[in-house]
Amino acid sequence: MNLLGKLSWSAVPFDQPIVMGASGGVVVAGGLILGWITFRGYWPYLWREWITSVDHKRIGVMYCLLALIMLLRGFSDAIMMRAQQAVAAGGAQGYLPPEHFDQIFSAHGTIMIFFMAMPFVIGLMNFVVPLQLGVRDMAFPTLNSVALGLTASGILLTNISLAVGEFAKTGWVAYPPLSELQFSPGVGVDYYLWSLQISGVGTLLTGINFVTTILKTRAPGMGLMRMPVFCWTALAANLLIVAAFPVLTATFAMLLLDRYLDFHFFSVAAQGNPMMYVNLFWVWGHPEVYILVLPAFGVFSEVVSTFSGKPLFGYRSMVAATMAICILSFLVWLHHFFTMGASADVNGFFGVMTMIIAVPTGVKVFNWLFTLYGGRIRFTVPILWSIGFMVTFVIGGMTGVLMAVPPADFQLHNSLFLVAHFHNVIIGGVVFGVMAGFNYWFPKAFGFRLDERWGRASFWCWLVGFYIAFMPLYVLGLMGMTRRMQHYDNLAWQPWLVAAAIGVVIILAGIVCQVIQLVVSIRDREQLRDLTGDPWNGRTLEWSTASPPPAWNFSVLPEVSAIDAYWSSKGGRTPNRAFQPIEVPTNSAVGFITAFFASVIGFALIWHIWWLALLGLFSVFATILIFAFRDVEEIEISAEQIARFERQARTEVA
Amino acid sequence: MDTAVMVDEANIKGTPDASAAGPASKRIVVAYGFWIFLLSDVVMFSALFASYAVLVRATADGPAGDELFNQMSVAIETACLLASSYTCGLMSLAVNARRSAVVYLFAVVTFVLGAAFLNLEIHEFAAMIARGATPQRSAFLSAFFTLVGCHGLHVTAGLVWLAVMMAQVAIKGFRPNIERRLLCFALFWHTLDIVWVWLFTVVYLMGVRS
Amino acid sequence: MSDTRFDRAPGDSPASSRTESKALSDVGIYTIGLALAVALTAISFWVANTSLLWAPGVLLGLAVLAIAQMGVHLVFFLHITTGPDSTNNVLALALGVLIVVLVAAGSIFIMANLSETMMPPPDLMTMPMRH
Repeated sequence: MNLLGKLSWSAVPFDQPIVMGASGGVVVAGGLILGWITFRGYWPYLWREWITSVDHKRIGVMYCLLALIMLLRGFSDAIMMRAQQAVAAGGAQGYLPPEHFDQIFSAHGTIMIFFMAMPFVIGLMNFVVPLQLGVRDMAFPTLNSVALGLTASGILLTNISLAVGEFAKTGWVAYPPLSELQFSPGVGVDYYLWSLQISGVGTLLTGINFVTTILKTRAPGMGLMRMPVFCWTALAANLLIVAAFPVLTATFAMLLLDRYLDFHFFSVAAQGNPMMYVNLFWVWGHPEVYILVLPAFGVFSEVVSTFSGKPLFGYRSMVAATMAICILSFLVWLHHFFTMGASADVNGFFGVMTMIIAVPTGVKVFNWLFTLYGGRIRFTVPILWSIGFMVTFVIGGMTGVLMAVPPADFQLHNSLFLVAHFHNVIIGGVVFGVMAGFNYWFPKAFGFRLDERWGRASFWCWLVGFYIAFMPLYVLGLMGMTRRMQHYDNLAWQPWLVAAAIGVVIILAGIVCQVIQLVVSIRDREQLRDLTGDPWNGRTLEWSTASPPPAWNFSVLPEVSAIDAYWSSKGGRTPNRAFQPIEVPTNSAVGFITAFFASVIGFALIWHIWWLALLGLFSVFATILIFAFRDVEEIEISAEQIARFERQARTEVA
Repeated sequence: MDTAVMVDEANIKGTPDASAAGPASKRIVVAYGFWIFLLSDVVMFSALFASYAVLVRATADGPAGDELFNQMSVAIETACLLASSYTCGLMSLAVNARRSAVVYLFAVVTFVLGAAFLNLEIHEFAAMIARGATPQRSAFLSAFFTLVGCHGLHVTAGLVWLAVMMAQVAIKGFRPNIERRLLCFALFWHTLDIVWVWLFTVVYLMGVRS
Repeated sequence: MSDTRFDRAPGDSPASSRTESKALSDVGIYTIGLALAVALTAISFWVANTSLLWAPGVLLGLAVLAIAQMGVHLVFFLHITTGPDSTNNVLALALGVLIVVLVAAGSIFIMANLSETMMPPPDLMTMPMRH
């Protein structure tokens, strides 16, 4: 019995220079950062204020930070793919052999969806929702920290696969029979499955946390129909998380059982049914894209309303449209496999439902347009992202409705037309949304605004770069090019792929501008300082706090009397209420410890190191037990401390 | 000004409904959050149920349900679990009344009944495996073992949780957070019985019938 | 803080049963629930084994009995009522039931449809598998 399971030195790809270079770079960069933190003595601060924090604001920032780092990783995969496809025409093989190319497109999809878009959206919701609801924290702060830890664990495992072992070569959806042990005998699919199972548990915990927070903890006077629209979209997205992620957990569990214990859910032998995987995967997969885009829609609602200086047009229809999208997203999933062979009636039903789901989205777009119309629009960076979104997302949505027609989809399924469509809506919708939200709420989180000039530069690079990178893909799809091709024979495709590669370089410039924006903003933070807590003349409650807000958010809990709760109280006298001591939850290391053991368990299971996996499981159980028996759950912040903070904040304003 | 805002202001009167009354009590928040978790768990079971239903005839020339299932065993298992749900309910009443001796009594009975259920189920699995009806034999058996086994794992986790809760009651008494956790346990245990109702109906009774 | 008349934790008994004199004691509610559940279970076993009933109706009957017993559990053990204090809990349950029905029924229907349209011709079915 080998103590290290399948693990040996042969797992490290010493013979692959690109991989070794990338891994080496990560290790060196990581080492430098850790070394700098140690040298400057920041560990106690980091441990106390960030790693063991259960404060939703800190957790939100950490989610967004993880997402930004993973954006760089996923984007490097994108650059590599575009470069490969730009040169591998005719007889040329390019520089990436198929085994690598397959891992790259699989990692690109997995990372961008699960470890960039999800954490970014969850991070924004984490930071903003309790503030907008006028409460002190989420319903379950420690659970929030655990969820972050589990997500980080999934990210860690996926990234370890670069240096130790391999990643899946099946695409980000991992269909059987290819993902079964017979055809993917390596550890790649196991890395994929365990990373996503672990982070999936974290996401489910987040979903439960948000649904409970939004439905059961809101400021006095804030009935559901006075909630900001961002909170409505957060509610819808998290209801979808709670409803859809268990299906993914079950599906991956079944594939894992097939791979580890020779079960026959999806295998070709013993009457397994691979089509069942496809069906169940997309039962999760379609709601997932709405989990990503609904909060982005919420960001746009907030940004458009604030920078038009008007209340959002059609609040009730926005709420209705949001909840309609929520329910409808569970009625369209078959459109991801029209070509798998369902009868015409079934395909037709799902095609019609897919077209119907475009209607509430259209309602939202019109409401945003009507909000802008007649307003005094300030063309800040968040509004630029919003306007860019409206144009780009509508185009992407229309190509989606085009493919919702089953006969059209039979031509376009798995072509580059499809790839262009979903990048169109995900980049135009989700990425533009989180960029807008990032720029919009950054001052609230850190106390200073982001540099506008570099922000505008990054927007324009992203916008122009996106169109140059992805419009050619629509053409290529119509010309017949399939997705995920490592090389191709048709030389007529090459000019378009070269154009796409140029587009990606322009997007790279946009990302570089964003990095510069951060550096410049931090360097110039005193000039960009937000002293009032309300840099944009906002309408919702988060702008009534200092920037950054104190740990307890509101020194006195707000009483809400209307929609746009902060706006309705502006111009009135701030009531002079006495401060009461506030209880806040204590820090807890349980999130970090859970993340550690989850990573150990995941790694051990991937490499078949059974004793280590068992040890890890037992340690998680022990951690839960120790946590369950703790006595101190909250600490009290005295009224004097609150008064001192308020005095300081007010002097800064003056 | 937006009409909706004016309507809202006119609605402020007397007692606000729960929607506008401010944050709910901790007991409600915790129990509701756990309720949402349970619904997500039920969705996971539904995916496993769907797989079972799709694969129920995929016996790969191996044994099918009507050859394998022992109705007497299932009936006793059902009786055990149902009774344990009842005693769990009585335990909840005792917790509300803070009568610790009664709490321990019904907790022990619930535990024993749950353990009896598991014991019977493990024997059933062992017997099936001994006669070659392993989960590796066919897709139907893979689905059966996974669906029923997942429920059994949940029951096992519940028993461990119950034991830990009894230790917590003994050591810390009936603090509010302990009471909240016991409420969550009761929700969990009753939900598991609901899942079992569907399990014995769809898997065993319908399986025997076809 | 919220007015507990209008909001109740799932699993908690209705407040009214504690304050007013009631026809049914708390223990009584659980006992009635147990009795009903036992009865429904017994009927299910009988339905599954009897030859007295029309065969296609048996499956439907078993499903109906399961739904009824689920209802008994929800009402008598989990105290899910239609009162205003239980609205949030009922809504969450309704959403859960909807999702379960969509996922389970949808998947079963789709897989049956796929199986029917994609069934290989008889000679292909008997060809040996190449691995």
